[in-house]
Amino acid sequence: MKTQIIEKLKEISRPKKYPDDTYHTSISLEDIPSLAKSFKVDSRKIEIIALEESIVPERYARNMKTFSPEDQANLLKSQVSIVGLGGLGGTVSEILARMGIGTLNLIDGDRFEASNLNRQFLSTYEMMGKYKTEAAVKRIKEINASIAVRRHDEYLDDKNSDELIRRSDVIVDCLDNIKTRFILENASKKAGSPLVSAAVAGLSGHITTIFPEDRGLKLIYGPPNDLKSKGAEASLGCLPSAVSVLAAFETAEVVKIILNKGSLLRNKLLIIDLLDNITEVLDLL
Amino acid sequence: MVHVTLKLFATLSRFTPDSADRYPIAPGTTVKHLLEKLGVPEDDVRLIFINGIKGNLTSTLTDGDRLGIFPPVGGG
Repeated sequence: MKTQIIEKLKEISRPKKYPDDTYHTSISLEDIPSLAKSFKVDSRKIEIIALEESIVPERYARNMKTFSPEDQANLLKSQVSIVGLGGLGGTVSEILARMGIGTLNLIDGDRFEASNLNRQFLSTYEMMGKYKTEAAVKRIKEINASIAVRRHDEYLDDKNSDELIRRSDVIVDCLDNIKTRFILENASKKAGSPLVSAAVAGLSGHITTIFPEDRGLKLIYGPPNDLKSKGAEASLGCLPSAVSVLAAFETAEVVKIILNKGSLLRNKLLIIDLLDNITEVLDLL
Repeated sequence: MVHVTLKLFATLSRFTPDSADRYPIAPGTTVKHLLEKLGVPEDDVRLIFINGIKGNLTSTLTDGDRLGIFPPVGGG
């Protein structure tokens, strides 16, 4: 079957020019689902086979000067859990879908309300009162139908966390409170998966990456037992500019972890303050 | 007197003194002393960093240090 798919891909792919006048072998947006249908496989599978033959699904063409076809195939083979689909999670899911992360595992028991509209890109008039996961699935499918989506309309807690995040290559903490972040960190460590964690208050925030053997969140927040229930966001709210910057940093960490490229924010904290144009990477150890 | 640069993040920004870019302190002042002087509640101080490296309440400040303080931040 794979041989036949490759033959067909070679037959229908076409040379196409990049903006810098170099060429790639391209397979069109429309050809992917029709091949998937005729061979009765997922379109993601077709895209992976194409990339392994250095045939580029045109939707990923602008990724290809940064990623190799092998890198893009590895992203498509990956599963990322996004925990929380508010400001951070909505933007993270959009970017990861466009990047071509193959499976997105979405976890949030919350529904949209009017106060979400200032910063949560998935919240619209139409989605008021509906599950955030529903809006995320809809948006992801509109962007990239090749992506497999797993939807969990429930809040993560210490009882369901192990089950909800299993088999994740990376977990992204997009939660809105510190207490649940520690529950997620515990579950991530148990599952042996790296965790990317960002938090926002007003125009400030920070992001770090935690591998299972790292000391993690207590380097930022101190021991979990000492915590007050609410952070600074309770009195400052969250602004969409700060949320978007941190969501973008989270997705960059996810891709670097999967592709084993670049420098990660392990035992480091990247802080931002958009009021005074501050970005700085701090050493947590 | 020696001088430090102060940056108080998020909810703590309201304690920022006028001369935060060049704030005078007595030699040997610790982070704890400085925060007391500024009226910053210790409970609200979560993350202390001096010149980009994590510090703590007992760290002693020296001339030219950049001190940053974060409260607990958990929104998204």
